[in-house]
Amino acid sequence: MTAPVEQLRSAPFTLNIFLKRFGLLLVYALLGLGLSLLSDRFLTGSNQINILRQATISGIVAIGMTLVILTAGIDLSVGSILALSAVITADLLKQGLPVFLAVLIALGIGALMGMVNGLMIARGKIPPFIATLGMLTVGRGLTLMYTQGKPFTGLPDTFRFLGTGSIGAIPMPIVIAAALFILVTVILTRTRFGEYIYLIGDNPVAARLAGINTNRMIVFVYMISGICSALAGLILIARLDSAQPVIGVGYEFSAIAAVVVGGTSFSGGEGTLFGTLLGTLLIETLSNGLNLLNVSQLWEQVIKGVVIALALLFYKAINRSSK
Amino acid sequence: MSRTLLFIKIMADQTYRLELKNITKSFPGVLAVQDVTLSAYPGEILALAGENGAGKSTLMNILSGAFTADTGMILLDGQEVKIPSPRRAQELGIAMIHQELALIPQMTVAQNIFLGREPLFAAGTLVNTKMMQAEAQSVLNQLGLDFSVTALISDLSIAQRQMVEIAKSISIKSRVIILDEPTSALSERESAKLFDLMRSLREQGVTLIYISHRMEEIFNLSDRVAVMRDGQLVGVAATKELNVNSVVQMMVGRELKEFFPKAETQRGEVALEVHNLRSGSHLKDATFTLYKGEIVGLAGLVGSGRTEIARVLFGADPNEGGEIRVAGKLVKIHSPQEAIRLGIGLVTEDRKAQGLFLGQSVRSNASVSLFERLSRFGFLLYEKIDQWVRGAIQQLNIRAANLEQRVGNLSGGNQQKVVIARWLAVNPQILILDEPTRGIDVSSKAEIHNLMGELAAKGMAILMISSELPEILGVSDRILVMREGRLMAEFSRADATQDRIMQAATGQLQNAGLNVHE
Ligand SMILES: Nc1ncnc2c1ncn2[C@@H]1O[C@H](COP(=O)(O)OP(=O)(O)OP(=O)(O)O)[C@@H](O)[C@H]1O
Ligand SMILES: [Mg+2]
Repeated sequence: MTAPVEQLRSAPFTLNIFLKRFGLLLVYALLGLGLSLLSDRFLTGSNQINILRQATISGIVAIGMTLVILTAGIDLSVGSILALSAVITADLLKQGLPVFLAVLIALGIGALMGMVNGLMIARGKIPPFIATLGMLTVGRGLTLMYTQGKPFTGLPDTFRFLGTGSIGAIPMPIVIAAALFILVTVILTRTRFGEYIYLIGDNPVAARLAGINTNRMIVFVYMISGICSALAGLILIARLDSAQPVIGVGYEFSAIAAVVVGGTSFSGGEGTLFGTLLGTLLIETLSNGLNLLNVSQLWEQVIKGVVIALALLFYKAINRSSK
Repeated sequence: MSRTLLFIKIMADQTYRLELKNITKSFPGVLAVQDVTLSAYPGEILALAGENGAGKSTLMNILSGAFTADTGMILLDGQEVKIPSPRRAQELGIAMIHQELALIPQMTVAQNIFLGREPLFAAGTLVNTKMMQAEAQSVLNQLGLDFSVTALISDLSIAQRQMVEIAKSISIKSRVIILDEPTSALSERESAKLFDLMRSLREQGVTLIYISHRMEEIFNLSDRVAVMRDGQLVGVAATKELNVNSVVQMMVGRELKEFFPKAETQRGEVALEVHNLRSGSHLKDATFTLYKGEIVGLAGLVGSGRTEIARVLFGADPNEGGEIRVAGKLVKIHSPQEAIRLGIGLVTEDRKAQGLFLGQSVRSNASVSLFERLSRFGFLLYEKIDQWVRGAIQQLNIRAANLEQRVGNLSGGNQQKVVIARWLAVNPQILILDEPTRGIDVSSKAEIHNLMGELAAKGMAILMISSELPEILGVSDRILVMREGRLMAEFSRADATQDRIMQAATGQLQNAGLNVHE
């Protein structure tokens, strides 16, 4: 092809592409600007750290959820996995098990429950929604049985460091979440495993015919989601110094919301972890702001719901017009 | 050229059915259609030719309301019309049969034919299913199709789905029917049926615009030919004033490269032996041998079990009792992954459903099968991958804006090339190609055939399924013919003729040559 043709063939960078790439960042900036004008407490360092700390728990769950949704799946059982692994760990810690072992066992429980999810979906061909809904119920039931409805409180200080300690000025939960975020971003963008996740989400039939072991990949992905949930649970009980039987109820909602607001498509194969990060921060900033402005809890729910719906409409509009 | 066009336009302004004026359409990074002015008469078949990615589908998608043009004007029977949606196009009597089929797999044939315009009961709320099915049946009868109107689309073969699309456009009673490579999934016989139908529609005054890469069809069928290149219209002329060479030359804009005749290859050791392969209701019995260094053509009518052979050998469908030996060793193949480890590759027939990841990049699509090899500790070696993909893009002449481009945004032919590229990377011992050149333009097709010859010369065993007899005859060293799930005949290259293959495929010739190599 000759040079002039090449030139003619390139069309300008459009508004659509701009919005798709930076739209969320823009909304986040506008929200921040608005809130800092409305409340002088918003932009203080302690409040920002507060937002980040809040965001770590739902953020960690949302990281696992992002992988699951990228494969065109869904994991409704995150809250229950978080709860069961948290109460068992709390119990073991109280019985004097070393912190290191207790943490490993918690992550192991998360992985195991995720594996059961994955096997039901990949081998059993049960739709993810149904399979993980089952796990949600079973997990919560087991948690209630295990605790007999009573919380475990008073955890060892070495363990509580995970939730309340800090490295330098940075609180421990933020350190953990940031490390996990970087690790999973690298996996998603640099490794075979990450590529396979996108490909399976895009077209599972073609993925299998391209020689990808799709079943094993699906199981891995749900295991990772389970591990993330368990980790979030550890941080949560370390911070609260107690593991309640109803801990983590409704977490699936906030995780899914963060992922979706972050631009990951429910139909799979499209989305980024960075989007999920922004989605999480956006939602947490919004709650924080509404709190500062003394908006009632009830309205907060409504406003969050509207924001999620608007985000979905926005992505749909952009996708349609860029076709 | 443009001055003559203008002149003709003024002369015949009143009689045009359809006029496209100065149509331009760009996508991010691509100017797909550039200032195209083109007209069509009532009662004519206008062929639209051009290389892969020339802009043919884009132009027609504008006419059928799928895309809106950036600039330009459309006149229908002398009236300017705006076509913002496919629905509006339908109302105006413009129907398009898309290159990539657009039926809904979970719905029945009748539901698809009447999608969005179902006959309703008087109250206007419930679909009148009986009436819909009766009307759909009458359209199917008109086309001589023998599947049921209540069959699910997902249970039909690609060819049958193609015919459903055609039935749909006919039932709309369109003034203009656009057919974007309608025969690329059809066998000879089904194509002939379609051409008869197109001719009778022409008699009724319908304007047919017909996109194809098959020169014989263009010359048999069309009244005029329009040629596009790099988004521009480079010429329109009466078919009888043209020949294949002049059209191809307009398409590629240069002298055609010389294509070498098929190279004589050396038949090597046995690569694959198959005994009594059986699977489901489509594949009843197949026994054959593939040798290294040869290209075996697998012919037969659509639905005769050819694709099923490919799928079983590749571990995509279960093998129900047959024996498979790879390089002399008895093997069981349970998954595509195992097949690939044994050195078997498969280019599937349906690129959209089974081959491509439409939302992912050209890079990922072309190199997915290289990931195991080009990674260290799970980390992908992108530099090497990019280097390889660039090479493949050049070798196969794939038109992509860059490696990041979504495969779904490539033209149909370029998508097909990406699937082929993926398997070049793997370099398997045994390569099965199911309709490999579907939708690929003439010059690239010849290049792919050359490439297959080169691969065979290096010792690969190639099994090529094709519904295009000239392709089968031109490329194969040996030809197998299937009928109703059984292998019916085998011909050497010297013995094979179009007639004999057709006879074997339709059952007039029984068990020809099958005992030769036992
Ligand atoms: N939705 C889209 N987004 C971006 N680019 C597109 C889109 N659709 C088509 N293109 C580009 O426009 C150009 C023309 O594509 P088009 O599909 O019209 O080609 P074509 O002539 O039909 O080719 P083929 O013979 O392979 O079907 C190609 O370069 C293609 O990559
Ligand atoms: Mg096309």
